[in-house]
Amino acid sequence: MNPALLGLVTILAGVGGCLLYFWGSNQILDKVIFPAKGPQAGQNINRANIVRPWLFLFPAMFALGLYLAYPVFETLRLSLTDRDQGGAFVGLANYNQMMAEPKFWEALRNNLLWLIVVPAASTAFGLLAAQLTDRIKWGSAAKSLIFMPMAISFVGAGVIFKLVYEARPADQNQIGVLNSVWLQFEGGIGSFLFLQVLPAIMLLAFAAIVAYVGRIFVRPIAESKQRGGGAGYVPLRLFVGVAALYLVYLSLTSLVGIFTFDYPYGQPQTWLTIPFWNSFLLMVVLIWIQTGFAMVILSAALRGIPEETVEAAIVDGANPFQIFFKIKVPQIMGTIVVVWTTITITVLKVFDIVFAMTNGQWETQVLANYMFDKLFRANDWGVGSASAIIIMIMVSPILVWNVYNARKEMK
Amino acid sequence: MDNIAGSKSSLGWVVNISVVLLVALWVFPTFGLLVSSFRTADQIVGSGWWASLFPSEQTERYRAADPDENRVQRGDLFVVEGNFFGDNGAPGEIQSWGTSSRAVDAYQAGDVADLGDGETFSVDAEGNYVWSGNDEQISGRGQRAFVTAVSPPEFTTENYVNIMTSGDSNDNMAKAFFNTLTVTIPATIIPIVVAAFAAYALAWMDFPGRAILIACVVGLLVVPLQLALIPLLKLHVGIGIGKGYLGVWLAHTGFGLPLAIYLLRNYMVGLPRDIIENAKVDGATDFQIFTKIILPLSFPALASFAIFQFLWTWNDLLVAKVFLIDATGQTTVMTDQIVNLLGTRGGNWEILATAAFVSIAVPLCVFFAMQKYLVRGLLAGSVK
Repeated sequence: MNPALLGLVTILAGVGGCLLYFWGSNQILDKVIFPAKGPQAGQNINRANIVRPWLFLFPAMFALGLYLAYPVFETLRLSLTDRDQGGAFVGLANYNQMMAEPKFWEALRNNLLWLIVVPAASTAFGLLAAQLTDRIKWGSAAKSLIFMPMAISFVGAGVIFKLVYEARPADQNQIGVLNSVWLQFEGGIGSFLFLQVLPAIMLLAFAAIVAYVGRIFVRPIAESKQRGGGAGYVPLRLFVGVAALYLVYLSLTSLVGIFTFDYPYGQPQTWLTIPFWNSFLLMVVLIWIQTGFAMVILSAALRGIPEETVEAAIVDGANPFQIFFKIKVPQIMGTIVVVWTTITITVLKVFDIVFAMTNGQWETQVLANYMFDKLFRANDWGVGSASAIIIMIMVSPILVWNVYNARKEMK
Repeated sequence: MDNIAGSKSSLGWVVNISVVLLVALWVFPTFGLLVSSFRTADQIVGSGWWASLFPSEQTERYRAADPDENRVQRGDLFVVEGNFFGDNGAPGEIQSWGTSSRAVDAYQAGDVADLGDGETFSVDAEGNYVWSGNDEQISGRGQRAFVTAVSPPEFTTENYVNIMTSGDSNDNMAKAFFNTLTVTIPATIIPIVVAAFAAYALAWMDFPGRAILIACVVGLLVVPLQLALIPLLKLHVGIGIGKGYLGVWLAHTGFGLPLAIYLLRNYMVGLPRDIIENAKVDGATDFQIFTKIILPLSFPALASFAIFQFLWTWNDLLVAKVFLIDATGQTTVMTDQIVNLLGTRGGNWEILATAAFVSIAVPLCVFFAMQKYLVRGLLAGSVK
């Protein structure tokens, strides 16, 4: 059958079937099983009302169970079995095999890198864009342009940025923006400012922010000692503190690298084949897409801040930066966390960008693409499922946190 | 907001410039692809797309026709007339010309150059030249001229015609476009119906276990669909659906449900309780309340979810690759075809850019038309 016709039939069958189901099952419930008449009318109405919610819920719960809940357990089971041995239970053999592969560690390392960079950069850019666009007349137009990449597929974005990163031989005109800009640098004072001083400042700013966040997390421990009470989440706080220290250390050591690095001026670069840095170029694509999302949500949160608090700060003589960092940011911290976690989940699932742009070559592998590789190219369901479980494990803390918050909010 | 104290912010212009830069940075990459899709293959590899936005100047060396064969006597003088560009026409409007390589822009179009001893040369805007002088001067080799032509930006829609009508099934996007459409529409509509009823039950009906079910939905919101690939493919093959449209519709429905239920429930809970209770007092059944009151009132939330699901299914690659596209490749969707083109046609930017834009155009239109609902959905959908 023609697919378009099949589609139309499916829409009609799907929608019609759903409506028929809901209407019909309600009719049967009210007229046949528990009719609201006769000697037991009152009791029947009550019984019908007990059953009815489940009629409404059944199709959705069935689909959710079958398409999302069941696969979690089935994948777990598959990761513990071997397909070649007819699905025999092999314990953790798949995990061991996976851990022995350097590609897996490369994927895990890259994923962690993505997890640090993309949510941080998207949230920071989003916050910046939200704060700036809220203050100008043509702000809503600017917002919708920054928000636009949201509508573009990862694959489309991949093509867009492949053109940006495109490299041509040195004796031809460059058609990629990045190489064209790169060839403008020739080692003079401009190159020094843009390629050494500017990154150094950005790195220092990053280290400062990380140190600040680390301090926020660790300080309550010290304070609670003084007060003699518990701070709560001590392991988590310590972990964040140590991670922040490590990141600060890393940024400060790379500072030296920036100034000692010998830039290959004048040669067009095939950017996507430069190991380590190419991952960042792929991250740019996702940051480009997610910034709009962060901006929209944070802008709404910024507008929700009570004006009195800002007014009071102005009266007290605070400058715009103090108002932003000390008055506004603390008040929208909850929303920032939400944005951060939402982007984190997207990052964990990122597949299309890597698949379309490098397919994991040149050390850009990530877990989702590694998994796809194992499942559908190597046909190794065991290891593929095992890596899917790793993704699930990485998502779980956010899952628990979300459920916890949702329950708290309902009470 | 900082202006409330009455003092105008001195940072105003800094803010404006920063936003202009930010917006430019965000629009630039897409714009580059859009521009490229309207250029020919030669233009794309010849210069960066940004160059095509400005008139391009081209200076070429030409030589007048051989005087010994082409000269015509007019009175005392011999004249050679002709056109530098022949039948091809001018590459653009001639701005300036010169007879020496050291001063290629010495004369404007239409000027007459005095080459000494009564010998003259002139070039007009169309490239017609007149070279006149005495017998000795108009002989030997033709007079050299350096002509600078300015061609206006040039764009073509040829790429789009090619890609929609190409006979090569790898390049032709028309089929993939309709396949994508076929996947998208049922996969957008069906989950809405299923989710709306469930959301109503979770929002307005009292039953034991409701809180747990809501918590489950919130939890399932973040379950990576990667986990579902193999088990569901096995299931689909097992029950005879195999790879195909039905499978991909079902998969998208399942994966879209948590967000749909969550969004719709959050919205429905906020509807005024009075309306629903009044209707109950008047004897309306739950089914009537749902179809006559809740559904029409929930239109904004339904629209929000519809846009999300539309964008997500239209842009999806993974689900289509796993549940739809079989070995024959008859059911390929646009995202998949673009990935294939990236592999086989990596350097043919006229094809890549155009194919990508065919697939980007529809979501962009939807985005700009329904942005309001998208923003509303985002604000309601991010777990608070």
